Amino acid sequence: MRKLSKAINEMIISAPSLLWLTVFFLIPSVSVLLISLHPADQYGNIMSGFTADNFKRLMEPVYMKIIWRTLWISAVSTIICVVLAIPVAYYMAACKESVKRCLLVLIIVPFWTNFLIRVFAWKAVLNPEGPLRHWLIQLHIISPDTLLLYNVYVVLLVIIYTYLPFAILPIFAAADKFDFSLMEAAYDLGATRTKAFFKIFLPGISSGITAGTLMVFIPALGSYVIPEMVGGTGCDMVGNLIAERVLVGRNIPEASAWASVLLMVIIGLLGLRLSVIIINNIRFKPYNEKV
Amino acid sequence: MKKCKSKIPFFTTVGIMLLFYLPMLVVAVDSFNPGRYSGSGWNGFSMRWYVKLVQDHDVISALINSLIIGLSATATAVILGTMAAFAIHLYTDSLQKVHRLMLITLLGIPDILMGICLLLFFISLKMELGLFTIFLAHVTFCTSFVAMTVLARLQDFDFSTVEAARDLGAGWGIIIRRVIIPQIAPGIIAGALLAFTISIDDFVITYFVYGPGSTTLSVYIYSMMKHGTPVIINALSVILIIVTFIMAYAINKLMSRKNENPT
Repeated sequence: MRKLSKAINEMIISAPSLLWLTVFFLIPSVSVLLISLHPADQYGNIMSGFTADNFKRLMEPVYMKIIWRTLWISAVSTIICVVLAIPVAYYMAACKESVKRCLLVLIIVPFWTNFLIRVFAWKAVLNPEGPLRHWLIQLHIISPDTLLLYNVYVVLLVIIYTYLPFAILPIFAAADKFDFSLMEAAYDLGATRTKAFFKIFLPGISSGITAGTLMVFIPALGSYVIPEMVGGTGCDMVGNLIAERVLVGRNIPEASAWASVLLMVIIGLLGLRLSVIIINNIRFKPYNEKV
Repeated sequence: MKKCKSKIPFFTTVGIMLLFYLPMLVVAVDSFNPGRYSGSGWNGFSMRWYVKLVQDHDVISALINSLIIGLSATATAVILGTMAAFAIHLYTDSLQKVHRLMLITLLGIPDILMGICLLLFFISLKMELGLFTIFLAHVTFCTSFVAMTVLARLQDFDFSTVEAARDLGAGWGIIIRRVIIPQIAPGIIAGALLAFTISIDDFVITYFVYGPGSTTLSVYIYSMMKHGTPVIINALSVILIIVTFIMAYAINKLMSRKNENPT
């Protein structure tokens, strides 16, 4: 009787959000996967029947180039973000509580500021008539006909700028829990600072580093406004293709196919992370219990 | 805590803070410069763009749309998200594991995927795109932000206080009002502020599901950046950055009060 009422309570309390998530998250995601298997008519609408053509088209050389570009831009920006985030997290974790809180707000503000405004701010900085280009020309670092905007490196820069807080926050969360007396112990045992950093600190915050990596890599894969706004021709990423197929050159099934591939890659990455956690649990459980 | 001797972490932190705030500073300076770009020289301090901004009817109506969506989506998401957080915290069966996984995936999934999934869903239901579809989309991701914030707060919540109240004869109504709400209120408020901020700032998802007459502030900024005159964006940016600062400070304050609460 008690058990039954517990089950009813659980249903009452979790039903609203479970229903909402099912209707507006689960069903739409699954239906995109299904739509991608339908052929398109000449207006780009969904027709009945099943086909794999939408996926075959993704293998065309033009598209492979865009897939490759998306992957390398995402990978390079993830690596740079994580490498920059680790020393920041280390510094913040070792700070006084008040300074720590202040730095945290300073990192969260760009993270929450309107995304378009952050992109716009970079456009203002790098603008042909803007201050930076002016100074760089006067200092003879760039020639007067160099444009700072509309190339793939600016796309990379703005992606790093946008997603850096995503890397700093989880790595800081892990570093904040890290027991710094372990570092002192390592010094006392004769480890150099570098050695203690790589052998004690980095493994100690590895969960934060994994989370930070995923938090940058996954949204970077879906970038679309950044390449559109600061990239020139030949800077398109998969996100631009999806947006173009939906909003301009209408082809719903093909757009769904692109979205499905992206969705699968992301589910794969998240699944990989989950299985690593499970394997680690199994592997370290006997050890943990002994301690 | 021992200060680290290496200067690398310190200089990286300073460098990153400069990287974060220099572009914003350029925008702020530009917003007071009557000239078009600061490269054309400093033409004296002027509030010209701010005056233009408040006189722009399209900006005002876009702002009103954003506020309607932000407030209604936040209110709905606070209810859904708080209930979700309680469910996940109280029950540890596989249903709640799935529940939790869905909420986390929602946070991680790129906006463009959520945008296209919802757009195709609304189209297949033959729904008219407008404020209501934006509202539905925003509730979805806001719920996940509220749930995660409240969940973090619940981890410090001592359920023995609920049992104590029951032993003393309190009914559920009183327990919820007098015991549970006061203890988790900071988490709920922080979650609501976060959801509101994210809702106002969202562009990508909104852009996929908005319709004629339901332009939000972000969508309007986008169209100004693409087509129109981007000069008043500077002034708008400064205002939005200041609002974000206040929000971030308030949320941080609410979430870090856990040590002062009697539990």
